[in-house]
Amino acid sequence: MRTSPIALALVAALAFSGAAQAAKRDNTVRWAGNQVPENLDAYFNNVRLGVIIAHHIWDHLIYRDPTTGQYKPSLATAWKWADQKTLEFDLRRGVRFHNGEAFDADDVVYTLNYVSNPANKAVTQQNVNWIDKAEKIEQYKVRIRLKKPFPAALEYLAGPVVMYPNEYYAKAGPRGMNEKPVGSGPYKVVEHQPGRLVRFERNKEYFKESPRPQPTIDKLELRLIPDQNTQAAELMAKGLDWIFNVPPDQAKQLKAVRDITVSAGESMRVVWLTMASHDKTPAPVFKDIRVRKAVNHAIDRQAMLKTVVGESARVIHTLCFPNQFGCTDEGAPRYNYDPAKARQLLAEAGYPNGFEVDLYAYRERHQTEAMIGYLRAVGIRTNLRYMQYAAMRDALREGKAGFAHQTWGSFSVGDVSASAPVFFKFQADDVTRDDKVRELLDAGDNSVNPSVRQVAYKHGLARIAEQAYIAPLYSLPVYYAHSKDLDFKPYADEIPRFWEARWK
Amino acid sequence: MLAYTFKRAVLALLVALTVSLACFLLVHLSTDVAVAMAGEGARAEDIEFIRKQYGFDRPLAVQYADWLGRALRGEFGDSLYFRTPVARIVWERLPVTLTLGAWAILLALALSIPLGVVAAMRPNSWLDRFTLTLAVIGQAMPSFWFALLLMLLFGVTLGWLPISGSDTQAHFVLPAVALAYYAAPAIMRLTRSGMLEVLGSDYIRTARAKGLRPAAVLFKHALRNAVVPVVALAAVQLGFMLGGSVVIETVFALNGLGYLAWEAILHNDFPVVQAIVLLIALFYIVLTFLADLANGWLDPRIRIV
Repeated sequence: MRTSPIALALVAALAFSGAAQAAKRDNTVRWAGNQVPENLDAYFNNVRLGVIIAHHIWDHLIYRDPTTGQYKPSLATAWKWADQKTLEFDLRRGVRFHNGEAFDADDVVYTLNYVSNPANKAVTQQNVNWIDKAEKIEQYKVRIRLKKPFPAALEYLAGPVVMYPNEYYAKAGPRGMNEKPVGSGPYKVVEHQPGRLVRFERNKEYFKESPRPQPTIDKLELRLIPDQNTQAAELMAKGLDWIFNVPPDQAKQLKAVRDITVSAGESMRVVWLTMASHDKTPAPVFKDIRVRKAVNHAIDRQAMLKTVVGESARVIHTLCFPNQFGCTDEGAPRYNYDPAKARQLLAEAGYPNGFEVDLYAYRERHQTEAMIGYLRAVGIRTNLRYMQYAAMRDALREGKAGFAHQTWGSFSVGDVSASAPVFFKFQADDVTRDDKVRELLDAGDNSVNPSVRQVAYKHGLARIAEQAYIAPLYSLPVYYAHSKDLDFKPYADEIPRFWEARWK
Repeated sequence: MLAYTFKRAVLALLVALTVSLACFLLVHLSTDVAVAMAGEGARAEDIEFIRKQYGFDRPLAVQYADWLGRALRGEFGDSLYFRTPVARIVWERLPVTLTLGAWAILLALALSIPLGVVAAMRPNSWLDRFTLTLAVIGQAMPSFWFALLLMLLFGVTLGWLPISGSDTQAHFVLPAVALAYYAAPAIMRLTRSGMLEVLGSDYIRTARAKGLRPAAVLFKHALRNAVVPVVALAAVQLGFMLGGSVVIETVFALNGLGYLAWEAILHNDFPVVQAIVLLIALFYIVLTFLADLANGWLDPRIRIV
């Protein structure tokens, strides 16, 4: 197991450190992230921190209870499927945005029509490209027309699709929304220093009927601290009250610190190795199914869970999170850890001495390094190209990267349409391009019949596994470390809910 | 001195122009800028539109003159990643880097010149060995590790100094120490060797023979000559601190130019890369120019050569 420098140094520091005192200073939670969202506008970034921020600033038409999975009224008070491609919503009256603008049908119509128009280049296309158009029926009644039947629509409307004030957004656009975000959510942004700091204040006017409780923490201060070790040091020195994505070895050390609570939970984020096998792949070795299978056999997933990944995670065999609707590994072949077989497959494919390839990665570097070790053991020599997510995503999309340590949190959407189809339906992130897979996943995405969907996804996921297009690895645990005085509850969707948190 | 200053200034200007040309060409020859700007999924007509809109279809020489003209007015276009004006981002991040660089070079000089002089005055003594040990550790220890140790001791255990961020001057103490300790050994060893050479020369013996006080010999006669190469090195070290402190800026979450450059390269944000490369090159040129002037003042022989 690889131990970070701070893990060793922490032990030394602990010998000297006094008892940590509660950090309730002025009812503020100071927290940190390490990936800069390129834009705070929820539709113009696709990093986890962006999703978390969005949930605090904005509201959704409907709310999904993270414990029961039930949908509850939020900005919409009622909804119904008018037909397979039409949803109708009654909207709540009396809700105001942070700038005082009143919420009504115009806001919903403008937001949805703006972000779903490809010309406006929303980064998170998969979250909005099912929307054909939104129409105002009355001041507090809207209709959303879908391009085709899309049963997961409600899941998206309760997740990544948030509502903007139309007048402000028309004037400010994504650039203005980044500089000064305006929503109706439990927190409002009072200061944004791009790439450095976001300060939030409790929205005292937050609508009382919201399914989310009224926040009790007055202020949130989010700082960008790229280095995980620095975050841990800040937590110990009480400069921060809450950090997440703590590496397992560091979590172990932090557990020993008095006044710090470490909690772990499984997240919806799944991990796999992407192998670009399309016509213009920069790594043509992956066009050969035997090479792809060899990669699958090369990695000891169980051992990785035990040593570098951590508790609360599980091995996966298909590209989706097991709790998502439609996710199954039934009928999908299992590629057990078998380095001898991997070497044999490589030899059969014409690489008896292995080959060299660039491996792209952007997070959990210690896990990438473990994978590199396993790959090297069967003859696949990798050059690590470690970068930020957006850069890696672009390299894959532009056909510059052929091999990547990928992860995906499905934007916390509990439906399989938010995972595998993103990477296998000939959209920007599809680096395999298999007609059969697309056809099967399409059938799952477009039917409103749950059993038809389940069967279609099952076959689609099985086909991906049979062709070994990717090497599915495991789900990720998330470790949170925070002040013991902070009452904080983690959820599998990786979204910290500071509106629920409180100082003890 | 005036003729010397003029010559140096012309040279600096020519270097600056060459650097700006290299910086412009590197970006334009390494990628099709219009394709990069159009982004993923752009159609051929979108790319052509951008090519015309931004004037990428004009001859390179015309584009260069245009870019240089705008750069002189401080206009570098918009960042492709952050979607805000480059000049604004760079302007916001510049003070952090300048503050860090200034503190670090001052600390490095304050530490290394006295130690270098002392080591030269008592060569091979325990003091000389001690400074050598300090220098070796400073050069050998990775700066991120030293930074973490500083953080744990002064931030976590003692709680004397803030660990990360750039809100107050106190936030710069630990990063400046970490950066200075990396730069100090070279200056210290150069001061020592310069002093050793000068202290053994005839004019020092003469100065001593005519009964000058040791302090006058040391500071007025010896040090002034020994620091000539140190000035040039310090200028280069400061240039390095302004442009290359990526690791220290990352570890201490200081959002300065070094970290911005790293982010920009990762995101193919070429307008930002171009602006930073040009700015850092200008830092080097200005610093080298100032070092030349300082050397000319310290050692009049240099002005004649």
